Amino acid sequence: MSKDNEILEEFTSKEYEHGWSVNYEADEAPLGLNENIVRWISAKKDEPEWLLEWRLKAFKAWESMKEPSWANIKYPKIDFQSVRYYSAPKQKSKSKDINEVDPELLKIYERLGISLNEQKRLQGIAVDAVLDSVSVGTTFRDTLSKLGVVFCSFSEAVKEHPELVKKYLGSVVPSTDNYYAALNSAVFSDGSFCYIPKGVRCPMELSTYFRINAANTGQFERTLIIAEDNAYVSYLEGCTAPQRDENQLHAAVVEIHAAENAEVKYSTVQNWYPGDKNGKGGIYNFVTKRGICAGNHSKISWTQVETGSAITWKYPSCILKGDYSVGEFYSVAVTNNYQQADTGTKMIHIGKNTRSRIVSKGISAGKSQNSYRGQVQVMKRASNARNFSQCDSLLMGANCGAHTFPYIDIQNSTAKVEHEATTSKIGEDQIFYCNQRGISAEDAVALIVNGYAKEVLNQLPMEFAVEAQKLLALTLEGSVG
Amino acid sequence: MLSIRNLHASIEGTPILNGINLEINAGEVHAIMGPNGSGKSTLASVLAGREEYEVTEGEVFFKGKNLLELSPEDRAREGVFMAFQYPVEIPGVSSTNFLRTAVNQVRKYRGQEPLDAVKFLSLMKEKMKLVEIDQKLLSRSLNEGFSGGEKKRNEIFQMAVLEPTLSILDETDSGLDIDALKVVANGVNQLKSADKATIVVTHYQRLLDYIVPDFVHVLFHGKIVKSGPKALAMELEEKGYDWIKEELSGTTA
Repeated sequence: MSKDNEILEEFTSKEYEHGWSVNYEADEAPLGLNENIVRWISAKKDEPEWLLEWRLKAFKAWESMKEPSWANIKYPKIDFQSVRYYSAPKQKSKSKDINEVDPELLKIYERLGISLNEQKRLQGIAVDAVLDSVSVGTTFRDTLSKLGVVFCSFSEAVKEHPELVKKYLGSVVPSTDNYYAALNSAVFSDGSFCYIPKGVRCPMELSTYFRINAANTGQFERTLIIAEDNAYVSYLEGCTAPQRDENQLHAAVVEIHAAENAEVKYSTVQNWYPGDKNGKGGIYNFVTKRGICAGNHSKISWTQVETGSAITWKYPSCILKGDYSVGEFYSVAVTNNYQQADTGTKMIHIGKNTRSRIVSKGISAGKSQNSYRGQVQVMKRASNARNFSQCDSLLMGANCGAHTFPYIDIQNSTAKVEHEATTSKIGEDQIFYCNQRGISAEDAVALIVNGYAKEVLNQLPMEFAVEAQKLLALTLEGSVG
Repeated sequence: MLSIRNLHASIEGTPILNGINLEINAGEVHAIMGPNGSGKSTLASVLAGREEYEVTEGEVFFKGKNLLELSPEDRAREGVFMAFQYPVEIPGVSSTNFLRTAVNQVRKYRGQEPLDAVKFLSLMKEKMKLVEIDQKLLSRSLNEGFSGGEKKRNEIFQMAVLEPTLSILDETDSGLDIDALKVVANGVNQLKSADKATIVVTHYQRLLDYIVPDFVHVLFHGKIVKSGPKALAMELEEKGYDWIKEELSGTTA
């Protein structure tokens, strides 16, 4: 009807740019899930007995659990027997040296704009590249190992640092934590592992780039980050997947352990294939991310820019156990067409003088549904706990929905908890105002959306912030100069 | 510069403008006055290209170009500026960032190189003095939490930076106290030049004490019913709009 709607229509109809896939010979598990598949995966990875037992326990638990239905999302029942739980590109060389990785696989990452090549590596960022079920290579390993920083694939960590894996695996997200965490624990195939020793400030950003390529295959990765006393690390995660008509399952688990005075900053730019304009296809993204501020004065900060996936179910959380520990959650979630997102955080205050801050910015367009779901819990002994939550929703057009579900549970009377929420619309007035100053409607939307999300984008490392800005614009617009 | 011929426009099927004719030359200041609902703001909006208004008849030429065929952003890039009666807020976008985007899009349209941060800042500094605007205001989110006066001052500041050929001030005086009014008017006057024109849309005469028009037009029922020199505005101030209404009904009876 009005130009406003036309503009939004036009902007919200862009194509997904990472929708391609390549053919390579793969080493695959048979379809479906049973105890034998769990054993098959564990055997494939040549795992120690204790890990197989851990997986089997998780599998047993998963079998007895029910798929959660409390989230504000609708989707046909997932047939877990029609999913493939392991698919790995056959590599000629088993070497993890990035220079010996199959050039065909490197090309996939080149095409995604992630150079794993020695010469063209991203400055100051070490990358672990995970393709379908396995890590295909990790850069800057030598530089990091000189400082005692371990950054490698999860599989390697199991082999090379079994004592650390055994100690921390499942310590923040138990294998039976929830339906998808249990599923992940049973069948996880790879992921990234970071260990920052005492007093080390990791000199570069560590980053994992997840790519799903194979059809009918789920990706189940696990990331484990351990920061010892006085350590610091900033970790980035990016993800894309090919455009396919069927839905694909992604169920990841991320665990962070921050010891005394340690700080971990975890940033995600999630751009899984969101499905087409009619809601066909797309990734089902069921992710459990949790960090524990185990030591006093430790800090964990989650920043996420969620633009992809048909369904996002994700609540990066902090357990604030150490006194004076700090948890932060900064989120921009964009949904368009038929995407559905139910995302937020949990801040669990256990220690004294703990602080948490939640800034959530939802942007809904098309016929999408965008929900914030957050819990702030202050336990009995958590005196002087502080929380500030701000949940804003921005609506584009009249056919989308924005919802806020804050839960607050306070058991200590000294707690101070604040919650602010706003809902606004990108108005014809705002776009016209920009037009009248010579700014095209397309750039006006980019300007308005980036302004709205600024507080969160500011939290991202520089290289990522620029990418995220572009991605926001691309998700909502035709093209931006 | 601007030539409006027999302009008719309606909103949602209701006619608002019923045949406006107006010629504006470079260097001139025209005041459009009239009672509430006479179509003053509609005229400003139609010139700026607001989509809700449908032009049903007539034409508008700006520097020889058919203005009505241009998109709102291209009109702006051609040099049409409207100071809004109610400037919108854009949270998270600083006035500086907003204005730089605008300036560079206008420059791109005109085939000019974009201004880098240093050049843009020095342009800002120069114009800030002109309209007596505080730098602090410009680093804040556009219009967010601005007072009425600050918003209007910011409009004039944007006008100063964008250097339009034709400026349309839509009820810029509304909601301003006399001091703010003087500052705004002073800014407008400083920007006047022989190759530029200004349209001042206002309900009251008081703004015209400070921005002195060459011509005053009275709009009534979507038509210009009377035009004259500045003295006409004084007459309106004295007698109100009723005598025009009476005069009109007299002639049509």
